[in-house]
Amino acid sequence: MILFALPIALVVIFGYALNNDFKNIPIGILNQSKDQTSVKLIHRIIGSGYFVVEQTLEKTQDIPKAFKSGKVKLVVFFPMSFQQDLYHAKKAQIQFIADASDINTAINTTSYLSGIIGEFNNENGRENSSGIQLSARMIFNQRLLSVYLFIPGVIALILLIISALLTSVTLAREKETGTLELLSISPISPYMIIIGKVIPYLILSLLNSFLIILLGIFVFGLPMVGSVALLILACFVYTIAALSLGILISTRVETQQAAMFASLVTLMMPTMLLSGFIFPIESLPLPLQLISNIIPATHFIILIKSIMIKGAGITLIWKPFFILIAMTAVFILVSIQSLKRNK
Amino acid sequence: METVVKVDQLTKKFGSFIATNAISFEVKKGEIFGFLGANGAGKTTAMRMLSGLLTPSSGQASVAGFDVATQAELVKQNIGYMSQKFSLYEDLTIQENIDFYGGIYGLSRQEIKDRSNGIVSKFQLASVIHKLVKTIPLGWKQKLAFALALIHKPKVVFLDEPTGGVDPITRRQFWDLIYEAANDGVTIFITTHYMDEAEYCDRVSIMVDGLIKALGTPSELKTSFHVDSMDAVFQLLARGTANKI
Amino acid sequence: MRNILVLVRKEFLQIFRNRQLLPFMTVLPVIQVILLTFAANYEIKNLRLGIWDLDQSTSSSQLIHKFTGAKFFQETDLITNQKKADDLLMQDAIDLVLVIPKDFEKNIKIQNSPPTIQFQINALNNSKAGIVQNYASAITQDFMSELRSNANVSGSVKIIPVTNFWYNPTLNYKTIMLPGIVAEVMTLIIILICALNVVREREIGTIEQLNVTPLKKYEFILGKLIPFWVIGHFIFWAGIALGRLIFHIPMVGSLGLLELFLAVFLFVPLGIGLFISTAVETQQQALFTSFFFIILFILMCGLFTPVETMPDWAQWVNQLNPLKYFVEVNRLILLKGSGITEIYPFILKMFVYGIGINALAIWRFKKTN
Repeated sequence: MILFALPIALVVIFGYALNNDFKNIPIGILNQSKDQTSVKLIHRIIGSGYFVVEQTLEKTQDIPKAFKSGKVKLVVFFPMSFQQDLYHAKKAQIQFIADASDINTAINTTSYLSGIIGEFNNENGRENSSGIQLSARMIFNQRLLSVYLFIPGVIALILLIISALLTSVTLAREKETGTLELLSISPISPYMIIIGKVIPYLILSLLNSFLIILLGIFVFGLPMVGSVALLILACFVYTIAALSLGILISTRVETQQAAMFASLVTLMMPTMLLSGFIFPIESLPLPLQLISNIIPATHFIILIKSIMIKGAGITLIWKPFFILIAMTAVFILVSIQSLKRNK
Repeated sequence: METVVKVDQLTKKFGSFIATNAISFEVKKGEIFGFLGANGAGKTTAMRMLSGLLTPSSGQASVAGFDVATQAELVKQNIGYMSQKFSLYEDLTIQENIDFYGGIYGLSRQEIKDRSNGIVSKFQLASVIHKLVKTIPLGWKQKLAFALALIHKPKVVFLDEPTGGVDPITRRQFWDLIYEAANDGVTIFITTHYMDEAEYCDRVSIMVDGLIKALGTPSELKTSFHVDSMDAVFQLLARGTANKI
Repeated sequence: MRNILVLVRKEFLQIFRNRQLLPFMTVLPVIQVILLTFAANYEIKNLRLGIWDLDQSTSSSQLIHKFTGAKFFQETDLITNQKKADDLLMQDAIDLVLVIPKDFEKNIKIQNSPPTIQFQINALNNSKAGIVQNYASAITQDFMSELRSNANVSGSVKIIPVTNFWYNPTLNYKTIMLPGIVAEVMTLIIILICALNVVREREIGTIEQLNVTPLKKYEFILGKLIPFWVIGHFIFWAGIALGRLIFHIPMVGSLGLLELFLAVFLFVPLGIGLFISTAVETQQQALFTSFFFIILFILMCGLFTPVETMPDWAQWVNQLNPLKYFVEVNRLILLKGSGITEIYPFILKMFVYGIGINALAIWRFKKTN
């Protein structure tokens, strides 16, 4: 069934393709000094393994072209006076010219390179102090793997889209074709009807989520530190929230088309950008942080990360659970109101 | 009287399923030709072939002098078509629908204007001409769809179950329109599964399982089957117990 | 020709009459773009710092002072044992634990026995962790340099790195993100409406009605493409105009060139939407399929994660991602002021892509079966 294959294909593609690891940074070298020190430094830079020298430039006028072609993200510039300054004045400048149209790479690259220079300075100084060693321990994510960040987000996104989208579309279609009216004449209560429609998607979504999580664990090495029961519960609660959101949308629109648009356009982009999927929530301006809180995906991502990566127990994460359940209640209440009004 | 539709051993297979099985008949100008049969008997398939929507598997047919297989676009220029779903644009007004189809069939502005006025006065649509199609009753939609099928004055008009879902009075009114068109020289090719409508046609053919099991005027058929209604004729044929004397 | 006009007129009438859908196609995306541009950034501020000072010396206080004085670190917690650190990290209450070892002050004055400062960084968000590490290292480096200059040592050689951020000196995320987000939202909507629109007509039966008319296939297709092509323009330029007004996005290069690219580019998502409509039966399927492509395009276009770090096979597949090109063209024209020489390969690629996908869709679009 396509409904399974598609999400899985997406997870696999993103798991492998999406990452913001610091590697393969293409840089250019403009060495007008060509002295021993500069060459040593260049070797150091290449030796770090994070960079790839894509271009060697001859003059500063070449830099704009290099950037415009997109071949390099940063140019290391040793001016002609480098060697002399170093020799006579004991200090010389080197320039890191970064293409800041890709901000993250620019910041990370210049920071890292500055660090290399700093180390270099330390080694070559003849002085009394011995410098300081730095050791960094990355908690929860020792190897700084991008998948820890992306897989939970992808799961949340896909589940939301399946549940909310399909539910709203299906119910809207029933409205459009009039079969909903037919059903409402039958002795079954309208709530039962809706539940009946929704259950297949519930099962589908849950199965999908488990499949994706398994993929995350076994193919991408996502850890599973916490309780499996909690994880299943989290998926369940989130799926129900997403489904009730779908129901809500379907009560407010008339046609399938409108349902589709409402779901896709209002859910997809905000979920991707405001849920903490890629951009940290702390970076959001306050009003958007507030919006982030009413997006179900935000809380689900917190839950997944807490359970799988941190191994958190219920005492720590009761809050997101509670919020999701509360959201579900609100969605359903509003839907019932709309239904009553329509009748 | 010139022959406007000529069908010879027309066949359509979908895989191993034979929807239309070597049917042959002719229709003359101004005739109202009823194409009857149960659902699934093959009449819609036949009609779609004749209107250039479907390519025949074998056999030949020509409509308005053009071969349906090789000259489909020319066929389309000279026919009108009214489908089961009416295919009017519900979210456009009546006037806009008229303008649209008139434009598609290549009518000049003046022609569109004239014919539009004609349609409006004939069906008394003046008050609703600027209303959205979805707001007008089903019977009016039907008549409008028929008028649009004729807007470019085609030689043949294909009507695919045009009277579905309306009350008997509206159906009767619709048939008045059909008679009118036929009198003006338009050949009407109509499929229906209402056997009483068969009585209104000049000639009918009855299809069963892809084959034409009967072909003739209603009275001819009733006589040869010794029954007094087309419905009975059909019942006999459908059950496969035909007794011709 | 006239037929195309007739079709386009009908299409626009229908679009503007569709009260439910119209806001989704026009106002809403524009609002989204504005809002989301505010969202898309990695600016790290309000970091929460934990300090575990095992040395309690003047030097350690000086180092700590440098950290607390830095603008990115807001709250500070005092830590006295690992358990407290673990708890805080577990609760997500802290981003960085700075551990200063015993004998820190003593050891920095002795040669050849450098003390080790440990950063315990909350790496749940790996890119954030990387940035935190950079900040922390930079501050510490600063501290070391100051030590040295205070020690007044002669003969020490120092290389001073100077960073020069081109095209975006203020490191403003909004200027980078907005054009890309506008392009994404526009592409999303175009693919979706094109696919849904045609499938819907097929479901209702109006396509069949058109099939029996002398209307030619290419006329029908152009009649569909043109109105949505216009809408695409509207969405894009409205978004860019607002971006200019509200965020003051730079517009270094030629807008005319950007328009040229846009005009050619639009045929690609239009063609994709059209193609999808020929490959599915119901509106639901159209939705799901569109969604699949849209998500792929959006997440892999290079706006959120760099294209260079993708494995080779992914980069290869990404060649078919029209957004990838648009994001790049946006940067080239708006930020770097590239001209026709740098841009024309992109236009060419989109032209070929557009023709290809539309030809494919048209081929599948049969008037007669």
